[in-house]
Amino acid sequence: MKTFGLIPWPRKANSARAAKERLQILLAHERSGGSSPDYLPALQRDILEVIRRHMEIDSDAVEIRMEKGDEVSSLEINIEVPAKPAPKKAAKS
Amino acid sequence: MKEERGNSKVIVITSGKGGVGKTTSAGAISAALAKRGHKTVVIDFDVGLRNLDMIMGCERRVVFDFINVIQGDAKLKQALIRDKRLDNLSILPTSQTRDKDALTQEGVKKVLDELREDFDYIICDSPAGIERGAHLAMYYADEAVIVTNPEVSSVRDSDRVLGLLNSKTAKAENGESIKAQVLLTRYDTTRVENGEMMTVDDVLDILAVPLLGIVPESQAVLRASNLGVPVVLDDPSAASRAYEAAVARLDGEDLEMKIESERKPGLIGRLFGRAT
Repeated sequence: MKTFGLIPWPRKANSARAAKERLQILLAHERSGGSSPDYLPALQRDILEVIRRHMEIDSDAVEIRMEKGDEVSSLEINIEVPAKPAPKKAAKS
Repeated sequence: MKEERGNSKVIVITSGKGGVGKTTSAGAISAALAKRGHKTVVIDFDVGLRNLDMIMGCERRVVFDFINVIQGDAKLKQALIRDKRLDNLSILPTSQTRDKDALTQEGVKKVLDELREDFDYIICDSPAGIERGAHLAMYYADEAVIVTNPEVSSVRDSDRVLGLLNSKTAKAENGESIKAQVLLTRYDTTRVENGEMMTVDDVLDILAVPLLGIVPESQAVLRASNLGVPVVLDDPSAASRAYEAAVARLDGEDLEMKIESERKPGLIGRLFGRAT
């Protein structure tokens, strides 16, 4: 429990610099509105809708992870697909 | 397969006054509970002024929040952020963009009920003040930790909050009482000895509730917040030991109350024997 990946420089060194860097990255996202969470539920809905055209999945099966970075952010979307994807029933039998 | 967790506890960290160390304490207490092996979740109730994520160091990983869950836009499981250092610790961040009206009593109850199925301890980090956010943070609590500085406005606000805990909560409305304990923070032994700061007993005389712990004024607290590491997960310090002891008591251990001062006397202090 000794190493914390957050700190790329030697321990003890200047925690104030870490504070400033964390704030700069976070506030850059917040000011650009990029951190507004409102688009994520909509994105999730759209993704589910598209996938459901092809197979049946549970809405619990979607996991979205975000890692906001300095230069780029990554958005990771994991969708658990059933082992035997049941083909979606045709609209009309 | 869900384990039966019949006796999970909801604990609100509250104070009335702002800036006394609620979020620092919520972070430290939840991390210390997780370190003791309890499955713990800490919830930020300060809608619109999210900060628990920074204190816990997970601010870059927030996707969904408490309000998204209440409004049905995300599942609770999706909004919980698993701590990278302790895998039995989770964080439920709040929304930075909504206002406090987005919190509803039914929504809060539903989320807490769902969390009770999976967690031993549910720590509610209250916003300052006594309005909606603070009210809902305490409403369903089983226990309360009142973070207080030995300073007049903080003690007065703590007294006001104690009154609310005993009247405006689900337990109080049911005729039960909430177990409330004071956590005295930013305690400075040197100033107390010089008569410049109220003593522990002064504060307890006034508030008349049990003492959970005494956290000394410590440089370790700012350092931990700079780094986004709960103070009990950073290098050992007087503050981290004080939080660990407070949490041991919260967890039912009977520990002797100690006041550890961080400040070692400087050269001048040692030469002139400042300690009495």
